[in-house]
Amino acid sequence: MSARERIAGNVANYVDERTGAAAWMKKNLQKVFPDHWSFMLGEIALYSFVILLLSGTFLTFWFDPSMREVVYEGSYEPLQGLEMSAAYASALDISFEVRGGLLMRQIHHWAALIFMAAIVVHLMRVFFTGAFRKPREFNWIIGIGLLTLGIVEGFLGYSLPDDLLSGTGIRIAEAIIQAVPVVGSYLSYFIFGGAFPGYTFIPRIYTVHILILPGIFLALITVHLMLVWYQKHTQYPGPGRTEKNVVGYPLLPIYMAKAGGFFFIVFGVTALLGAVASINPIWLYGPYTPGQVSAGSQPDWYMGWLDGLVRMAPPLEPVIFGYTLSLNILIPGLILPGIIFTGMALYPFIEQWITGDKREHHLLDRPRNAPNRTALGVMSLTFMMIALINGGNDLIATNFDLSINQIMWFSRIGIIVLPPIAFIVTKRICLSLQRADRELVLHGRETGRLVMMPSGEFVEVHEPISPEKAWLLTQHEQNAPLQLEDTDARGVRRPGLLKSKLRKRFSVAHAEQVAKPTVADLKEIEHH
Amino acid sequence: MKRLSRYRRHRAAAPLLLIFALLGIGTTFQVAGATTTSPMTAEERTAAIEEGKEIFLRGCSSCHGLNAEGGPIAPSLIGVGAASVDFQVATGRMPMADMSQQAMRKAPVYTDEEVAALAAYVASLAPGPEIPTEEMLNYERDGELAEGGELFRTNCAMCHNFAGQGGALTQGKYAPSVMGVKPVHIYEAMITGPQAMPVFSDKTLTPKEKLSIIKWIKHAEKEPQLGGVALGRVGPVTEGLLVWTLGLGLLIGIAVWLATKAK
Amino acid sequence: MSKEIEAIQDPGLPAHKLRQTDVDPKAADRAERQVAILFGLSALSTVLFIYSYLFISTDTFVFIPLMGEQNAHQLFLGLGLALALLFIGLGAVHWAKTLMPDHEVIAQRHEFRSPDSDREEFVKTAKEGAAAAGLGRRSLIKRSLGLSLGLVGLSPILLLGDLGPLPGDDLKKTGWKAGSRLVTDPGDRPIRPEDLEVGAVAQTLPELAPGKDHRSLNDIAKDAVLLIRLRPEDFNLDDERLSWTYQGIIAFSKICSHMGCAVALYEQSTKHLLCPCHQSTFDVTRAAKVIFGPAARPLPQLAITVDEEGYLVAQAPFNEPVGPSFWGRSA
Repeated sequence: MSARERIAGNVANYVDERTGAAAWMKKNLQKVFPDHWSFMLGEIALYSFVILLLSGTFLTFWFDPSMREVVYEGSYEPLQGLEMSAAYASALDISFEVRGGLLMRQIHHWAALIFMAAIVVHLMRVFFTGAFRKPREFNWIIGIGLLTLGIVEGFLGYSLPDDLLSGTGIRIAEAIIQAVPVVGSYLSYFIFGGAFPGYTFIPRIYTVHILILPGIFLALITVHLMLVWYQKHTQYPGPGRTEKNVVGYPLLPIYMAKAGGFFFIVFGVTALLGAVASINPIWLYGPYTPGQVSAGSQPDWYMGWLDGLVRMAPPLEPVIFGYTLSLNILIPGLILPGIIFTGMALYPFIEQWITGDKREHHLLDRPRNAPNRTALGVMSLTFMMIALINGGNDLIATNFDLSINQIMWFSRIGIIVLPPIAFIVTKRICLSLQRADRELVLHGRETGRLVMMPSGEFVEVHEPISPEKAWLLTQHEQNAPLQLEDTDARGVRRPGLLKSKLRKRFSVAHAEQVAKPTVADLKEIEHH
Repeated sequence: MKRLSRYRRHRAAAPLLLIFALLGIGTTFQVAGATTTSPMTAEERTAAIEEGKEIFLRGCSSCHGLNAEGGPIAPSLIGVGAASVDFQVATGRMPMADMSQQAMRKAPVYTDEEVAALAAYVASLAPGPEIPTEEMLNYERDGELAEGGELFRTNCAMCHNFAGQGGALTQGKYAPSVMGVKPVHIYEAMITGPQAMPVFSDKTLTPKEKLSIIKWIKHAEKEPQLGGVALGRVGPVTEGLLVWTLGLGLLIGIAVWLATKAK
Repeated sequence: MSKEIEAIQDPGLPAHKLRQTDVDPKAADRAERQVAILFGLSALSTVLFIYSYLFISTDTFVFIPLMGEQNAHQLFLGLGLALALLFIGLGAVHWAKTLMPDHEVIAQRHEFRSPDSDREEFVKTAKEGAAAAGLGRRSLIKRSLGLSLGLVGLSPILLLGDLGPLPGDDLKKTGWKAGSRLVTDPGDRPIRPEDLEVGAVAQTLPELAPGKDHRSLNDIAKDAVLLIRLRPEDFNLDDERLSWTYQGIIAFSKICSHMGCAVALYEQSTKHLLCPCHQSTFDVTRAAKVIFGPAARPLPQLAITVDEEGYLVAQAPFNEPVGPSFWGRSA
């Protein structure tokens, strides 16, 4: 036994005698993780969060979250002598006076954008593969919570430097708060410590940005990961993969090396962006004052859809019994996002209600085999994309020789018309793909080779596909729609008939499918 | 010295030196000088007006009318002044290539002398804003950089964007980028209010303040990229595009490599 | 069930395929070298990082093809860090892929549902615990505890009471008073009507009270006013609103009636004002009537005239609150 092994043994012994960790470690070091690129998307988000903690901590050493007015005397000439908040001045100092400060600021901001983008693609992966089904509904809800908090956290970070762009963003946020019926102006005065912009907003959101929200994030992410660990990862279907097992690589050493290496890769790519691409050049925006604004004032991308919705809202502002109801702000700014996020959070339960399926699911769906869900996802994405595009309509207009009015009308009509079309088209595509799968199993792969038959007829040679492929294309369950009786055994109408009819309707739509081939089908083909 | 010579042999020294050498070549920056008309004598002026009238009749009168009184598709030019003519013609906006939403900056059709003659002719019709002289345009001496930035953000940024890159107006019109525009033309635009742009009067935006704005624009034009590629200086939209393409593209690409089995 | 029997059968996990590094020791050695090179490159990049931090000053610029003029300190510091991290990551993954055992492992899943006996016992224990505490029997304790917990829960909300003052009618007031001169922003110079040509705009604020030399952002957020001069015949206003203008000069609050951005994007050719934030468009000739976009109300108009010295002044304060709407706006 070498000296090194002896020391390691001693340490392990010391720890185990006090915690009994060996049994747990033994089991968990062999924890199996299935390997697939799409399982790394959530990891991108996780690692971005770590990068955000590291770079953010660095920034706090110099950032002064104060709206006290100071005169800028730093090295950036075009702002010298101007009055600005201490927050903005210190953000400039981080950029120009602290070595590596600008790099860290840019890494922090790029990491935030990557964090949000990774959450969204991770969410898409989970949604389209049905990974949210029992027993993972809780984790889905935690994920939606993280997405929502991420948007808020990102917006607060965007607001902190107190430049003209972030001030414009805060101004708009204040208008949304002020638009809340009955209590809006009170809420606004509480949050801003009086009239906008006041002197307390930035110190307050600083505490929220660096302490409260990161704390909640940390707690939620921990639970999110513990659930993944405890419930074991889902896996894609394939030969040898069942609902009862999980096939993959053990944590030690493969997964640890890959996941650990990937952390460095994510950090590296973020640092690369921070090195070569400018982000949020606050020195160009200038200090915030409510009398100024820049053309093309946009939020970061994860709020762009919200801005786009606000832009396309109809000018509705009824005065009811002498009270103003700003529907032009409330509908796009609070009501629609509320419906979207609540709907997202509840989706696993809605689908469960439609299918009546209460079993555990660990094998992922191929999106085409759940046409209704896939279509619903594409429909929602279409909605979001149109809103996002409208959020950048001014830049699209100038770059593509269009007018903002045209784009606005396209968005206003498109956001109502295009999502349903996207739903129908996607569902048709899914069913066609199912049909193609069936053809492939029954008739094999087209080889492109033509053979002349004795009759002079040309036929293309088909090659049978491998048993592995055939299994992949036919392993999925095909469930019939729910059988719901309108009347009970004695012929009396059941209570809640409307709900039940609706459920039946959804269930039928959800179960629409192309029958997968069976052995009998195959045999029948062979006979011909 | 010993320390330095050790660094010279450093592995990174050669590429770094190469880059520094490139820098030397790359930084030969040319700042466009201000062209202005020099004062003319009375005879020169009469001759210029005559020449200008001829050019006008040939090139402009079909839209603006034989006596510059305007027409159904073009405004009257009586009283617009020499500054207006210089701005519109010397930046190539006039004559318009097509009757589109708005006249674009392009290579000028007329030479400097022809522009001066046209300006003299139009100025002779009725008094209007004069072309600022070179002495009036000494923005390096008379302008204040930081004040210019503040003025720019209050008066110009809402249309021309925080970094002077331009932006959208209603119905397909746009505020053009102010980068690379000659100081004299920036000045003329402010005093004449071409097309959709409003006028900035000398009393509310003094000549000195106008020079400050020009100084700030010229500084912004040659400001090096402090944090990497500037992405068009149009704000978060291009940043979001880069994250979804290069950022996430790179990461997903690497994830695919990571998850494929080695051969 | 017959369907299940007919279904195509799972052929089972495919046999493990050996990699080149598993069969060819040379390939394995090569992979080892590649990993070592990647780690070595990382170390070199860190040297670049350290070098840039210590020896490249922050005002050094380099020309990089495709990227243009770049700050050398920022660029090489960042590249050093990025490559140092990337190469560690790439090395680790390459190591895992080529040299670590790649046998797939199968682990069994177990249903999460506890056995019925455990569930029954849990329910029993919980009931026993509750009974032992007497929750069911001693309703006095239960109710009083409920009351005290509910009330103590209110205290944090109460404690937030001093977050801010109540708005009162603060949102309805601005700094404009009858007779306030309109002064330029920035510059604070009073303006005479003849200072503005037709087609001119000016960004203005109310003059500072005597003895004050500083404006707070709170004041600017309500007081910013845009002055526009048109030909008087361009106006399409009723008599009252027309009397609020002066020789073709009209003044609007610059704070958007939608969400409070600065609406100062004036198109001289169409006489429209556009808000760059959400593209609400206002027609200046018709007292800033909304003609496009999400705003529902015209921009508040400030009645102006001239004082005895000939400077533009406000006739009266705004007759409605400026800025975004709120519940009690019209109350």
